Amino acid sequence: MEATAVLHNTDPDAHITVQDLTMAYGDFIIQRNLDFTVQRGDIFIIMGGSGCGKSTLLRHLIGLKAPASGRVLFEGISYWESSPVEQQRIKRGFGMSFQSGALWSSLTLAENVALPLGEYTDLAPADIAEVVSLKLSLVGLAGFEGFYPSEISGGMQKRAALARAIALDPAILFFDEPSAGLDPISSRRLDDLILELRDSLGTTIVVVTHELASIFTIANNAVFLDAETRTMIASGDPKTLRDASPDLRVREFLNRGKT
Amino acid sequence: MPGQLNLQFPSPDKLRVVVAGSWLLADSLPSLDDFALQLQSRSDIQKISFDGSAVTQWDSGLLTFLARVYQLASDQKISIDPAGLPDGARRMMKLATAVPPKENTGKHKKHRPLLERIGEKSLSMWRAAPEMLHFLGEVTLSFGRLFRGTAQFRRSDLMLFIEDVGAHALPIVSLISFLVGLIVAYMGAVQLAQFGAQIYIANLVSLGMTREMGALMTGIIIAGRTGAAFAAQLGTMQVNEEIDAFRTLGFNPIDFLVLPRILALILMMPLLVMYAGIVGITAGMFVAVTVFDISTFEYYQQTVRSMQWTHIWVGVIKGTVYGMLIGFAGCLRGMQCGRSAQAVGEATTSAVVTGILFIIIAASLLTILFQELGI
Repeated sequence: MEATAVLHNTDPDAHITVQDLTMAYGDFIIQRNLDFTVQRGDIFIIMGGSGCGKSTLLRHLIGLKAPASGRVLFEGISYWESSPVEQQRIKRGFGMSFQSGALWSSLTLAENVALPLGEYTDLAPADIAEVVSLKLSLVGLAGFEGFYPSEISGGMQKRAALARAIALDPAILFFDEPSAGLDPISSRRLDDLILELRDSLGTTIVVVTHELASIFTIANNAVFLDAETRTMIASGDPKTLRDASPDLRVREFLNRGKT
Repeated sequence: MPGQLNLQFPSPDKLRVVVAGSWLLADSLPSLDDFALQLQSRSDIQKISFDGSAVTQWDSGLLTFLARVYQLASDQKISIDPAGLPDGARRMMKLATAVPPKENTGKHKKHRPLLERIGEKSLSMWRAAPEMLHFLGEVTLSFGRLFRGTAQFRRSDLMLFIEDVGAHALPIVSLISFLVGLIVAYMGAVQLAQFGAQIYIANLVSLGMTREMGALMTGIIIAGRTGAAFAAQLGTMQVNEEIDAFRTLGFNPIDFLVLPRILALILMMPLLVMYAGIVGITAGMFVAVTVFDISTFEYYQQTVRSMQWTHIWVGVIKGTVYGMLIGFAGCLRGMQCGRSAQAVGEATTSAVVTGILFIIIAASLLTILFQELGI
């Protein structure tokens, strides 16, 4: 009965549990033996040097790439062993902000945010328009409803993508390099917004980043991936890791190379 | 003063490299061959030092020279003492040698034998087949959902594609089918005139345009125009992670992106083919009337007499099949696209090639099929 016990993780606060995950492209293993838990309401950072597989791990968590072995559990339910209908239900609870924004280029900002709302809620068009305006104003883009993604700056695109990600009030919000290409002030504003979303809505947040300032401002939990050994070499609160990690590589990373 | 290079031997196991003058990339710099020869002939050299006190100015020209000296020295396990180099150059060399070059990156594959490459290519083509079948399956399921009314896509998208595939293609389809009609009429008429049977131009053109050429030419134009556009659109969306964004939001990208595109082609191709037929027949009439002295009325009569509904149906069915194949090829290549600008170009090219290949295969099979059925 071991398998069933694993499938239905009993910890009620564990929102995402990764068990013995191996990620690979064909024969090429990127990371192996990943084990960590993201608690409900965590702001969880996936960090590590360039090319260690951070974004790939994120693609596994949001159901875009199947693991070579191991499991990803959401509230105790194994995503990749679920039926397509169940997978669809789990995915409804996700919001994702992609590295490049990934706004649909043929739609205006308002249409981008409205599309998931129209598909998954029974709101009338007028109500949808109101929700859209609200979400855009949350990210500081009020009044930009009619713009196409190509007509606004890169930083604005990222914020608009965030508005789309939070359109359906997701239970888990994923970010891939949120502050890449943002100026320090926008980056700071985004951090505040992330904290606010967690505090007011209780959203669990998973962020791929190596922006140290941002990590120490928002995170309360993290996993550190290493490209050399191809596995995780630390997990826990980044501030604790910075000062007291037994692993030199982790302390070096979190102190910008100075230990 | 241009860059100068002198070699000195203070003791048998020591070599001092004296560099002087201006060492700029833009100048012609001294050759290293002499240095390499000296190093090889004197195997007792243990240490290389430098004297750069007379260097007036330097840039990467000096640094690339030094990099080769370092390389030659390390090949022969000779130690290097950079103390005599200009200060900045010494620090730059320290930076350049700080991280050893990465080995076994797999990027410098040896030239492999022809047979091995042919084998690998064949295997990868073989592996591409299941991928294509998988996509075919997904598209089929998506059409199933369309008929059950559960497919998710925006009706306005479909309308846009219909406009783009249909209405916007009219000018080029008109031009090409007019010219094809002209050619068929002229070629035929020259032969038929030998028997005084010019009037049969009408039969030739109407039959040729409706049954074969209308569908084929329209298919090829649309493959180049619309198939390529579909692949480029989907490929760019793949690069921008837009397709991933659909997947994470629980949208089926096949329903949302592929279905309306293929559907627009299936709906528009029959109309385009019929239109091409009419334009081609008009071109035939133009030739017959202006060059071969047949009256418009005679030509019209002869055309009506020779036309049968089956000819029209055969052309329309062929065109619809071509449309389906073009849409399939374009969307397949777009969805398979990699994540770079280069990949979008490859996807577009491949979409047109695959589309035309599919059309030619389908044209042959359908012609044989209709022949066997006696239609």
